Amino acid sequence: MARTLFEKIWEEHLIASAGADQTLIYIDLHLVHEVTSPQAFEGLRMNGRVVRRPERTLATADHNVPTDSLSTPVKDPISRRQLEALEENCEEFGITVFPRGHENQGIVHIIGPELGVTQPGMTIVCGDSHTSTHGAFGALAFGIGTSEVEHVLATQTLPQQRAKTMSVTIEGSTRAGVTAKDLALAIVSTLGTGGGSGYVLEYRGEAIRDLSMEGRMTVCNMSIEAGARAGLIGVDDTTIAYLRDRPSVPKGDALDEAIARWRTFVTDDGAEFDAAVVLQAADIVPSLTWGTNPAQVVALDGTIPFPDVAADQDERDATQRALAYMGLTPGTLVRSIPVDVVFIGSCTNSRIEDLRAAAAAARGRRVATGVRALVVPGSHRVKAQAESEGLDQIFLDAGFEWREPGCSMCLGMNPDQLKPEQRCASTSNRNFEGRQGRGGRTHLVSPAVAAATAVMGRFASPDELDA
Amino acid sequence: MKPVRVVEGRAVPLERSDVDTDQIIPSDWLKRVERTGFGRGLFSEWRDDPDFVLNQQSYVGATILVAGPRFGIGSSREHAVWALMDYGFEAIIAPSFGDIFVNNSSKQGLVIAQLGHDDVDELMAIIVADPTTLVVVDVDQQKVEVPQAGWQRGFTLDPMTRERLLNGWDDISLTLLREAQITTFEASEKAPDLVGIFDEAGHVRS
Ligand code: SF4
Repeated sequence: MARTLFEKIWEEHLIASAGADQTLIYIDLHLVHEVTSPQAFEGLRMNGRVVRRPERTLATADHNVPTDSLSTPVKDPISRRQLEALEENCEEFGITVFPRGHENQGIVHIIGPELGVTQPGMTIVCGDSHTSTHGAFGALAFGIGTSEVEHVLATQTLPQQRAKTMSVTIEGSTRAGVTAKDLALAIVSTLGTGGGSGYVLEYRGEAIRDLSMEGRMTVCNMSIEAGARAGLIGVDDTTIAYLRDRPSVPKGDALDEAIARWRTFVTDDGAEFDAAVVLQAADIVPSLTWGTNPAQVVALDGTIPFPDVAADQDERDATQRALAYMGLTPGTLVRSIPVDVVFIGSCTNSRIEDLRAAAAAARGRRVATGVRALVVPGSHRVKAQAESEGLDQIFLDAGFEWREPGCSMCLGMNPDQLKPEQRCASTSNRNFEGRQGRGGRTHLVSPAVAAATAVMGRFASPDELDA
Repeated sequence: MKPVRVVEGRAVPLERSDVDTDQIIPSDWLKRVERTGFGRGLFSEWRDDPDFVLNQQSYVGATILVAGPRFGIGSSREHAVWALMDYGFEAIIAPSFGDIFVNNSSKQGLVIAQLGHDDVDELMAIIVADPTTLVVVDVDQQKVEVPQAGWQRGFTLDPMTRERLLNGWDDISLTLLREAQITTFEASEKAPDLVGIFDEAGHVRS
């Protein structure tokens, strides 16, 4: 029988199903970071338990790490303690950990794929909602809570309800200047913040096929912003080409065998989804968010919306509140809005391709006076690659800060934060109130738009720079 | 988690309704790395008031908390349960509870006994009149008892929660009962092969 990609992975990992609420699935890979793991390790200790499969567990420091010079100590004592606890716990339980400054350290969702640890057909979990990123490889990957982290550490399994499947198809090829981030924003604004709830989304269609692996990760990353716990993209030549020479991928004959297996992780022709959504690539334009949830999206060429165009009273109220928080006036041209800060980074857009796109816009130009612009590579490997290509120098010459890897200004948990009422063009994934620092105003954009905006001091696209 | 058949002890009357999880454990405590030690944060803002019931000498060492309606509403923080248990409470009696709080409690072995509004008021009056009163919460028999007053009321637990309390099963223990199944799965052809990812020492190749 024809099966969807989700069904193939699910059925392969089913240990037992004794009634819907007793379904237990096997977890191939467990990614761990410092914030959601300490109590889980503490739980193991209190119960005298061990980590069942330490070799299927990989940890890195990301949320708390300061991104200034590696030689400065972590000043916040609570953050420092959390980072130390990660190292101690991993040492005690025999888990591979990449602490701050390690050559493999970086944002958890960046390092899994770049090391080749993330592979097609796997089940992958992490105590972080953007675990959906790994779905770009045809792996079933989703975020879990602290009790579940402990459960996976102890048992390498998870009791799970089977999700429903939704195909999200983008037909046709994208227009020039439209990036993976714009596709992600289009998908979230189409589905709404709750539209994907209960579903695993599978992204399909020509526009998705045409994306690089970096672009596919950007799209899958934001699945959670549409309420879905996971996003998936079937394996193809692009997937295989990306994985081929990664450190943790098999070599020689074992690689050929692995590839043959990986290629099976696609949805069969004729398989049925529980729901289907179709978008036309031709309708998608360079975009950004204007409000305080990621579904509040507007075209870069557009204007800030009026509350009265909203469908109902609740939405009108929500629009009013978002406009007030964001300090915006309806009808304002997006391209006329000045920014204070530009942040290029996060698990959505801090891979090498993202930095190349931003550097292309920054090359030979200057960050506008009064704008603070940061580039934060997603990992030390991304940073080293970028430096070998001379991207760091392009950014530095243009007046951008070139920083050490970490989550940085994606969330206000480390020293990189917005001040109240500062407006930021950010390549991250959440524009919630206070997400980047109390009172901060976040607009989600693509790396190319972020760099052009830094140069112009207001929202802009790279094509404006030549004019 | 430890099996719980009966909780016996003195009880603290917390005569308030809508005690939310933000009150139980304020958010600045969430940055901690431990699961233990939250007892110091329990009701920490209220405890600044010397008259607050937990500050009264007569209730020190109590193991049961009797509270007003809608106890444990609000955020999903499991820290609220950790704080109550770390402080020494083993059972909470109230007319109604927050859903998620009840769920979290069942994972940790904190007994949730829901009694009628009037019954809670009666019990409250008994323990206010005499703080040394012994209260018994019987999970097996599903009843709350004050032997010296001859007072007794029944409550209901869902069967799975009762089983888990009596046997000391948490979700992890329940899964570990299927250990053999997991081991068989891991050894089977079905288990995805992670060949190449890890080196002989079990470390990720890099
Ligand atoms: S970069 Fe942001 S979204 Fe991604 S894991 Fe870090 S904090 Fe979460």
